Amino acid sequence: MSRTDGGRQAVLTAKPSRITIFLIAMAAGAVLVGPSEGGPAKTGRLILATTTSLADSGLLRILLPAFTRTHGIRVDVIAVGTGQALAMARRGDADLVIVHAPALEQEFVQGGYGVMRSCIAYNTFAIVGPAGDRAQIGRARSATEAFARIAHRRMLFVSRGDGSGTEIKEKEIWKGAGLNPRGEDWYLVSGAGMGMTLVLAHEKQGYTLTDLATYLTMRSRLHLALLYERDPLLVNQYAAIATNPTRVPGVNFAGAAALINYLVSPAAQRTIADFGRGRFSRSLFTPLQGWCPE
Amino acid sequence: MIEIVARTLQVSSSAVIIGATTGIPLGTFLGMKEFPRKRLVLIGLYTAMGLPPVVVGLVVYMLLSRQGPLGHAGLLFTPLAMVLAETILVTPLIAGVTMAAVAGVDPAIREAAVIDGASPGRVGVMLLREAQFGVVVAVVAGFGRAISEVGAVLMVGGDIEGLTRVMTTAIVLETRKGNFELAAALGVLLLGLSFAVNVVLQFLQPAPDASSLRG
Repeated sequence: MSRTDGGRQAVLTAKPSRITIFLIAMAAGAVLVGPSEGGPAKTGRLILATTTSLADSGLLRILLPAFTRTHGIRVDVIAVGTGQALAMARRGDADLVIVHAPALEQEFVQGGYGVMRSCIAYNTFAIVGPAGDRAQIGRARSATEAFARIAHRRMLFVSRGDGSGTEIKEKEIWKGAGLNPRGEDWYLVSGAGMGMTLVLAHEKQGYTLTDLATYLTMRSRLHLALLYERDPLLVNQYAAIATNPTRVPGVNFAGAAALINYLVSPAAQRTIADFGRGRFSRSLFTPLQGWCPE
Repeated sequence: MIEIVARTLQVSSSAVIIGATTGIPLGTFLGMKEFPRKRLVLIGLYTAMGLPPVVVGLVVYMLLSRQGPLGHAGLLFTPLAMVLAETILVTPLIAGVTMAAVAGVDPAIREAAVIDGASPGRVGVMLLREAQFGVVVAVVAGFGRAISEVGAVLMVGGDIEGLTRVMTTAIVLETRKGNFELAAALGVLLLGLSFAVNVVLQFLQPAPDASSLRG
């Protein structure tokens, strides 16, 4: 009986719900922070899908502000793997890509999805591993021989396994060595980006194939030595490709073309050549002026 | 950094507001009303409460992609897309917890209101007040899911600097770059943010004395 009374009491003395007050306060908060977003203008928005290795190197943060100043086009950079970047462009979700897997790029261009393929720079892939180098890959005469030595000694090797340009290069080297390490107990697939894969190789003291920029950026915190990098096969070239507006309607082709033209311009190429000199006492990228060796 | 924190709060609170304005009425309805096939609806709701964020991210991506059904709107890789994905994740959670709280209110209270001649809407509001403690838990849980979300917002937001980067995606980025100290510092900041929001929530609520714990 008393409980029923309490219920009636609640009906009679009901105050404005505190939850309502909270929701109103949150709504007000959302509105207050709201105007800080410019909100993406549908026109003039330019979406660049690129690889994590390039985005994380910091090169684009140095290159893009000058482009935005002169052209008034803001560039939205999305860092994914090469495979995903090309898939995004095919769906019209990226206006251009900067990727590093020549075979996939050619397939993309031949399929009619990409135009204006221009190589903007290259650096090298390197094989890193424990300083002791028990597989003695430092003595190898080629990248394929280095991989064969790792396989022969059954030393731990960490693979990206994420469809990235680095993984595609790694597969190419295994194929060149006539080996298929998949399923071997010394062959570990991380399924992660370059940084995490390097950390994994460091923790387990294994070998891995890495792009030079990510390795140099992280070197101070890794117990991994740069063991092998001399081989034309290890060239890591980055190509910019605009999404073809006739095949994929609705993409911002004018913006993509302007950005590619800027990236191969002498001014941008000079910036690329100088990038990393101060911090690593060697430059991280060599300009390619738009020309693709492959 | 302040900009990332502001955007994190903006996106997750927007999702919670939308989730609460739909989830609380839905949960109240489910908590006070019996109807045929209710069990089926509940199974659906419980499943939705455990929706995997990456699946939601993928579905929202396909919807908003230029080739998707809503592609012409140009919403992909915007904060709005992130709000949409988070709303889908938090609404069932808020509805489910609200339902449990409302269903747990002493039946005598409801009967009393019905005897008083209150309309079903009025009874609902009254039950909600009685179940206030549980409803706050629903909102807190929803906010927790929204602010800690990473898989879906990374997919549909793209972690674009100055546009869609939030605390969780910034932590992923710094971890990927090997900056573990910075990533950990961001994690502590995110935790602090969550703490601050919950402090505000607690002060908006009456002290958990006997009357508000009832039911």
